[in-house]
Amino acid sequence: MASLTPQVTPQVTTQAATGTAPARGGRPRQRGATAARSRVWRGVVLVLAAVYFLVPLIASFVFTVKVPDQGFSLDAYGQIFSAEGFGGSLLLSLGLGVATIVLVLLLTLPAAVAVRLGAPRLRPVLEVVCTLPLVVPPITFVAGISTVLRWGPDYLATTPLYQTIIAVQNPDFPVVLVLAYVVLALPFAYRSLDAGLGAIDVRTLSEAARNLGASWPHVLLRVIIPNMRSAMASASFLTLALVLGEFTIARLLSFETFPNWIYRISGSQAQVSVAVSVFSLLITWLLLLALSSAGARQRSGS
Amino acid sequence: MNSARVEFRGLRRRFGSTVALDGLDLTVEPGELIALLGPSGCGKTTALRCLAGFEQPDEGEVLVDGADITRVPANRRDAGMVFQSYSLFPNLNARDNVSFGMRVRKAPAAKRHARAQELLELVGLPSVGDRYPHQLSGGQQQRVALARALALEPRVLLLDEPLSALDAKVRVTLREEIRRLQLSLGITTIFVTHDQEEALSMADRVAVLRDGRLEQVADPATLYDRPATAFVAEFVGAMNHLPGLVSGDGVTVLGQTLPVEGPSPDAAQADVLVRPEAVLVTPDAEGDGIVMVSSFRGSTARLRIRLGDGTEVLADVPGHDSARFAPGTAVRIGLVERPVLVSARSETGAAAAVPEPDVV
Repeated sequence: MASLTPQVTPQVTTQAATGTAPARGGRPRQRGATAARSRVWRGVVLVLAAVYFLVPLIASFVFTVKVPDQGFSLDAYGQIFSAEGFGGSLLLSLGLGVATIVLVLLLTLPAAVAVRLGAPRLRPVLEVVCTLPLVVPPITFVAGISTVLRWGPDYLATTPLYQTIIAVQNPDFPVVLVLAYVVLALPFAYRSLDAGLGAIDVRTLSEAARNLGASWPHVLLRVIIPNMRSAMASASFLTLALVLGEFTIARLLSFETFPNWIYRISGSQAQVSVAVSVFSLLITWLLLLALSSAGARQRSGS
Repeated sequence: MNSARVEFRGLRRRFGSTVALDGLDLTVEPGELIALLGPSGCGKTTALRCLAGFEQPDEGEVLVDGADITRVPANRRDAGMVFQSYSLFPNLNARDNVSFGMRVRKAPAAKRHARAQELLELVGLPSVGDRYPHQLSGGQQQRVALARALALEPRVLLLDEPLSALDAKVRVTLREEIRRLQLSLGITTIFVTHDQEEALSMADRVAVLRDGRLEQVADPATLYDRPATAFVAEFVGAMNHLPGLVSGDGVTVLGQTLPVEGPSPDAAQADVLVRPEAVLVTPDAEGDGIVMVSSFRGSTARLRIRLGDGTEVLADVPGHDSARFAPGTAVRIGLVERPVLVSARSETGAAAAVPEPDVV
């Protein structure tokens, strides 16, 4: 999530800055002076925001490249790839991310479409349900999960239930984290998909397709999903960013995901851990670029 | 293309407390274009959606060529539909939109494309195949939607106010073209509209609906000249209700005695129904009437005239004469000598000048 904030917040600040312009532009005679003044203020806000976000980044970077008594060195970045556990934890986090994306889309997309077409009155209910995870603190959430996972009386040891509980905690691929992340990602995924559905006339499009002989699965796969590509891309990105940055749940359930690995090595190799943070920020930004340009291509194509 | 006979039998449908269809019975003959006309909420779209399969009637059935299709799912019905809102698939170009139905039926690509091109030519858009819906104008989009609806050679064509989102000029050309196409294909067509001009100009027969019931179904001329009910008279065109005195086969209205069309009412006091274009107006300083309002419409001008006894009369005069009938002008009015419709005295009294129908 940390990697997300620098992306989102500059937008918010520019909006806030432009928002002041119409309020001040009331009297036409002063418009020239007002515009100039609002430009200045816009600049000030931008600089402040930039300082706020860039200083920690630059500080981190300087910390990783400046070795005491030696000066500039990129050694820390070189060590990332050879560091023990780097590849494994990064792959685990990416795998968890992909699984979470698939599952959350499979859950929310049909639900959102069905509610729009069949039961519009249930939409507020679905919205509230999907927003709930934002309200529940992760620590509460994980406390509940770990209580459930620890529960397992011996007489159940041979039952499929018990074996399932064991299986979902497989440290190679902890399915329990996927389940938890699906819940955490629900608000973001649902919002993106709902906005995407709002942008197309789902009812008319699906009726037109039905009228042309398409079955319901065909409508969903050939008509709705192709027109939802950018919404699905943004849902996927938000989910991926969330999974790559999630710390609390993975930490408390003791799975070594990427953020946990960074945390662990920060104890022994401080410089490398910060280098990894900067590096992971770069990865996340690259993923964002890739996904949003895929979305943009889709928009211009349609 | 063989076309089908469509029958609605006792269709009932309610949404919560509102009754959309209240026992609708209507038969559409093969090859006919029938317009379902009525104010919003009269059930015309619900009837069409019952036929398309997007709506299930609570009671009654829909028959196509005698076969009950009420429970057949929407994707297995033999009816092409054009929607009110733009309904082209945004991710497909015009050609792929038109061939969507053939693709669902797994027709080979070459055949699909050839047929799509043929249909695009049929609707007058031979060169837009590669364009996406957002690159087409509203009129073009509805043409492509029409081509798409015709692609599977349906036996019934359903048009759900397809012109209402378009601007006036495109609307008129497109409706003429739809009619030309429908006549050449001979396809049974049901056209839902709230625009009486559209209904009268395009349809073989017009069915006027009100509160989910059929008020009258007749060819446009009959509907206009001999409305079966007061509602039809007022909804289709404007109508004056003038106080008249019935005696035998004649009725005296505004000092003129005219023959009565159809059955005479029993009461001597009656309302005489007169179209604005059947009211003759001449400027006359001695005249009984005063022009209150004049609204110019190009080819005609509609005058609202108040008579000495307080009766208000709507009259149409040619547009080029409108300058002679500025508000405040004193006029004399007469009625065209022809049989008139007479109805029992309405509750609203004599001066029931009808509101402008275009507003509905």
